[in-house]
Amino acid sequence: MRFRKLSLEQKNRYYGLYFILPWFAGFVFLFMVPLLSSLRYSFSNLQVTNDGFSLDFIGLSNYREALFSHESYVRILTESVVDIAVNTPLIIIFSLFFAVLLNQRFRGRVLARAIFFLPVILASGIIASIENGDLMQSVVRSANDTTGGGLSIMKNLELAVLLIESGVSITFVEYMTGAVSRIYEIISQSGVQILIFLAGLQSISPSLYEAAKIEGSTGYEAFWKITFPMISPLILTNLVYTIIDSFISDETSRLVVDTAFKSYDFGLSAAMAWMYFAVIALVLWITTSIVSRKVFYQD
Amino acid sequence: MQQSTKKELHHRMASAAYWLEFAKKWLWMAVRFVLIFGISFVIVYPILLKLSIAFKSMDDLYDSTVIWVPHTLTLDNFKLVFQAMNYPQVLLNTLLLSSAVMLLQTVTCVLAGYGFARVKFRGSGFLFAGVIFTILVPAQTIMVPLYLQFKNFDLFGLIKLIQGEPANLINTYWPFIISAALGMGVKTGLYVYIFRQFFKGIPREIEEAAYVDGAGYFTTFRSVILPNALPSMVTVMLFSFVWQWNDSFFTNMYLNEPKVMSSMMASSGYAIATFLSGGGQAETASYVQDPFFMSMMMNTSVLMAILPLIILYLFVQRHFVESVERSGLVG
Repeated sequence: MRFRKLSLEQKNRYYGLYFILPWFAGFVFLFMVPLLSSLRYSFSNLQVTNDGFSLDFIGLSNYREALFSHESYVRILTESVVDIAVNTPLIIIFSLFFAVLLNQRFRGRVLARAIFFLPVILASGIIASIENGDLMQSVVRSANDTTGGGLSIMKNLELAVLLIESGVSITFVEYMTGAVSRIYEIISQSGVQILIFLAGLQSISPSLYEAAKIEGSTGYEAFWKITFPMISPLILTNLVYTIIDSFISDETSRLVVDTAFKSYDFGLSAAMAWMYFAVIALVLWITTSIVSRKVFYQD
Repeated sequence: MQQSTKKELHHRMASAAYWLEFAKKWLWMAVRFVLIFGISFVIVYPILLKLSIAFKSMDDLYDSTVIWVPHTLTLDNFKLVFQAMNYPQVLLNTLLLSSAVMLLQTVTCVLAGYGFARVKFRGSGFLFAGVIFTILVPAQTIMVPLYLQFKNFDLFGLIKLIQGEPANLINTYWPFIISAALGMGVKTGLYVYIFRQFFKGIPREIEEAAYVDGAGYFTTFRSVILPNALPSMVTVMLFSFVWQWNDSFFTNMYLNEPKVMSSMMASSGYAIATFLSGGGQAETASYVQDPFFMSMMMNTSVLMAILPLIILYLFVQRHFVESVERSGLVG
């Protein structure tokens, strides 16, 4: 009897493999093979010919070109990394804060949630890029500013002066005022993170809060002693997601794409992409190794 | 009973602690309202702005007294964009492509997710590390080889054997369909991850009970596991539909001609100018040189491109938020 059950389980194990099969085929043919060829291209000079393409091995010279003789690669790459370093903490704090807000009971909660998840639907590189360089929008915005109505939250200049005069460090003030000006960018990048946090908040058992309340804890204490540790694994998840997400639509990736499809320098583009990947991997490794030490797991 | 609670209330209202509590509660409600309302406004603002611009006429455009509400509401902008961009055709293309990708991706990912949650053998963890790896590697890294692979597409030399040369799939919809069916489309790793997390949360006893009742492996999956997975499927389907709709990276790579919304938006300004001038080069230039007009057109076309998504969202929004809460998006 026991023996038969084991064999059924064993059989089922292999059935599970069939389920993975389509994904695995894609993984090999549309991921591993291109990944390896991309590595090969980065060490070669790729020429597109009539019947496919030809490869000449040229060693590290693509990497050398990207690092030392390309006019903007290093600068753009550094800017991308700095951008991510600046934006990621803001996005995490912002989305955690608003997830907590949206998790409370109040009138119009359904509507507020619907609006807050709109960026998940609309977030897209192309819409954002059109938005930034758009003339009409800036005209309307400046008209609004001069008439003094509407959205003049961007008046953070006076606030900055006030803060600096009261002795707050200049770097911090610049960071905070920068955050205010980039509020739209931050909001539009935090839709999924709010969703993840919200789902996490809902899975915390209410009895924990009840117990804390009986013991006489304040809302502030309840947040730092219960909510924060309980969703700390999700902070890690969101951190990784945010970092990866911001790599998809930044300047460096645009440069990599343009190098390939506008200047047709495929080898150089591959080399750029690999160095880019190395940088991402490094950033992810550093952040996750720092954060995961602080993460609390229930089991 | 009534009397005593009233008395109690009076008594409590006399104490300072009650009023402090009361003030704190209302202050917090006010702060919360301002914050949520403010951020909601920032999110909705660009859409409102686009709506306002899209209904403006040329006269209103140069009238400095018009900021939000135009003097005369006009549908001219919509009509123009509608014709110049071949809107119905593009809408149909995008709709079909996104739906096909959505269905294929959901099926592949739900299967893979279940497999990864239930298969246990030496190296299964390693296999799942592959999923994480596909999320981590930026698409730019494998972009060039993928492009070349689809340009000279072949299945073990079979197509070459029949046709004499490998098929060129660039500028067709096949690259999207193939990558979706094989689970390598836009952000597919994330979907596999979501499903795996969800299935890990379903107790094995449910399956064992079904086996005891005599159901086979596939029957169990279809009639016991899948119905439970509906919430996370809704989430993944919406994500996959919307991200395919908005994706400009792969569409610009695989499609030379703008056939779908996201690739069309990038070139909408030029398309409209060409349409207005009837193709003449000199006149095209004069339209392009009026930045206000072009910007108005851009705004209208972006609005028209995202409008179907917003309408879709209005319908599924309640479902979506609920389903995410129960979907296993949480580890």
